[in-house]
Amino acid sequence: MTITHRLSLPALTVLLVVSAIAAVTFGPADITPGEVWSVIAHHLGLFPESPVSRLRDAIVWELRLPRVLTALGVGAGLAVSGAVMQALTRNPLADPYLLGLSSGAALGAVLFLLLGFTLLMPLGAFLGSLGALALALLIAQLLGGATPSRAILAGISIAALASAATSFLIFWSATGDSYRDILSWLMGSLSGSIWSDAAMVYLALVVCLPIILVSSRALDAFAFGDTAAASLGIDVPRLRWTLLGATALLTGIMVAIGGAIGFVGLVVPHAVRLAVGSAHRKLLPHAMLAGAIFMLWTDTAARTLFDPRELPVGIITALIGAPVFLAVLLRYRRIT
Amino acid sequence: MTLSVTGLSVAKSGTPILTDVSFSAPAGRITGLIGPNGAGKSTLLAALLGLLQTEGSVRFEGHDLPNLRRRDRAQLLAFVEQSAATEERLSVRDVVALGRIPFEAAWQSEPSPNDQAIIAQALADTGTTGFSARRFTTLSGGEQQRVHVARALAQQPRLLLLDEPTSHLDIRSQLQLLTLLRQKAEAGMSIFVALHDLNLAARFCDHLVVLANGRTTAEGAPTDVLTPELLRTVYGVAARLVPDSANGHPLIVLDEAIAEDHWQLTD
Repeated sequence: MTITHRLSLPALTVLLVVSAIAAVTFGPADITPGEVWSVIAHHLGLFPESPVSRLRDAIVWELRLPRVLTALGVGAGLAVSGAVMQALTRNPLADPYLLGLSSGAALGAVLFLLLGFTLLMPLGAFLGSLGALALALLIAQLLGGATPSRAILAGISIAALASAATSFLIFWSATGDSYRDILSWLMGSLSGSIWSDAAMVYLALVVCLPIILVSSRALDAFAFGDTAAASLGIDVPRLRWTLLGATALLTGIMVAIGGAIGFVGLVVPHAVRLAVGSAHRKLLPHAMLAGAIFMLWTDTAARTLFDPRELPVGIITALIGAPVFLAVLLRYRRIT
Repeated sequence: MTLSVTGLSVAKSGTPILTDVSFSAPAGRITGLIGPNGAGKSTLLAALLGLLQTEGSVRFEGHDLPNLRRRDRAQLLAFVEQSAATEERLSVRDVVALGRIPFEAAWQSEPSPNDQAIIAQALADTGTTGFSARRFTTLSGGEQQRVHVARALAQQPRLLLLDEPTSHLDIRSQLQLLTLLRQKAEAGMSIFVALHDLNLAARFCDHLVVLANGRTTAEGAPTDVLTPELLRTVYGVAARLVPDSANGHPLIVLDEAIAEDHWQLTD
């Protein structure tokens, strides 16, 4: 058992790299793994002359690679956010999408865009997700303690309100094609991801992941509730707000780039828990890698299944996620 | 005297829960905290753990507990709740290993060999080694409580606090747990335990503290504290105390509940 656990992280890493290369080769233009390596090597300055044609180079370097990297980062961020929220709120159903954070982030992003703060759009998304999180916890508290189902009900009401407001803003302002683009983004789509999107995603991960990973052990202390955590020397309020702030930031940025992609934060941590258990020093790195791989393949399916039309990836994650949500609900029916 | 509490008061949103609580718990002994429901026993334990805003002084082996850093406090004090559940997929060993958190570095990836040895000892002390690989949620209530005690022992506390640890246990598990606490006290650990069952308190505690309506009303050896008068005024019951012919510990024989209007509380 220890051997499989020791090898599982390297194995997932290898799977991630292989998946990434494979995903770049998928698409309308046939590209071989060798060409993918050549293009990457060329742009890293290893081959002065690219052996690949300029068009194929552009397909790999300008279109597919940034999108693959964005998908990996978004998946890692959403999966880790879900795992952290589940531990901190002791709520197996917690997920950035189900608690309304994604809808709040979408509203914040659209509002900032319409107000003309295009460059500050990710900040709007962060503020939106933070606001939605605070509101969800407040409403759950008013309902008499944040039990899992109360938190979800609060999240649903916030998501409904934020979505209605977002739809109204779009209805009021957008025209023609921009309307369809925005709707597609709202449903969750990594379509048109470019290098700057990938950079934004990885910047958020670089800021948030160290804070989260260094708290792995403290998250374990929450297994038996706040009092147990406090008696193990954890500063419960400070840790809770720091980590919920980090997940709100991660969710905000992921929504700013990929829209409201749901259920990744629910599906991936639960699957990973079944495999490696709940100890966060194992769970979080595994969830990060598994989330990246999950997002990559769902996004690859989204852009290739109905080629030349593209499916918003949020539809695929919801198709997988909703049954998992029900399964989790049944499994934990005693406490929810 | 290791734990000494003087003038401790706690209020929750303006309502006093504990008023001017003062007592001492001797070192290396089992001190029992008794009192009727709602007397403030759990609040007192939470206050000792530093979870509440308090007035007054709580000193333990020369430390001013409320002003100690959380981590330092967790290295001195461990706490076993009445019943603490989880939905997480954790093995018994994982749960016991939680007790080492106050001693670990944040970036430490595995328990050190020293931690491993302490965890193994805590499992052995509580008779839980046999199911250390099982998942915590599959255990019976009594087994789970033993694992909680093992987790607390893995903290190697100088002072162990327990909140009615026997209330969900069958009588055999109750005796096992209190016998284990007895051994730990003899090995030098100070133990402060809230107990519901007065006969268990009389049998296993060296010292008793009585809490009623948020105030300490009596303190001392069980034979001195447990009197028909105290049981009448604090608990509202008519009872007799009979010395156990085997060991001289007082046995409480409950006769009847006293009607509301004949029962005045001490304050």
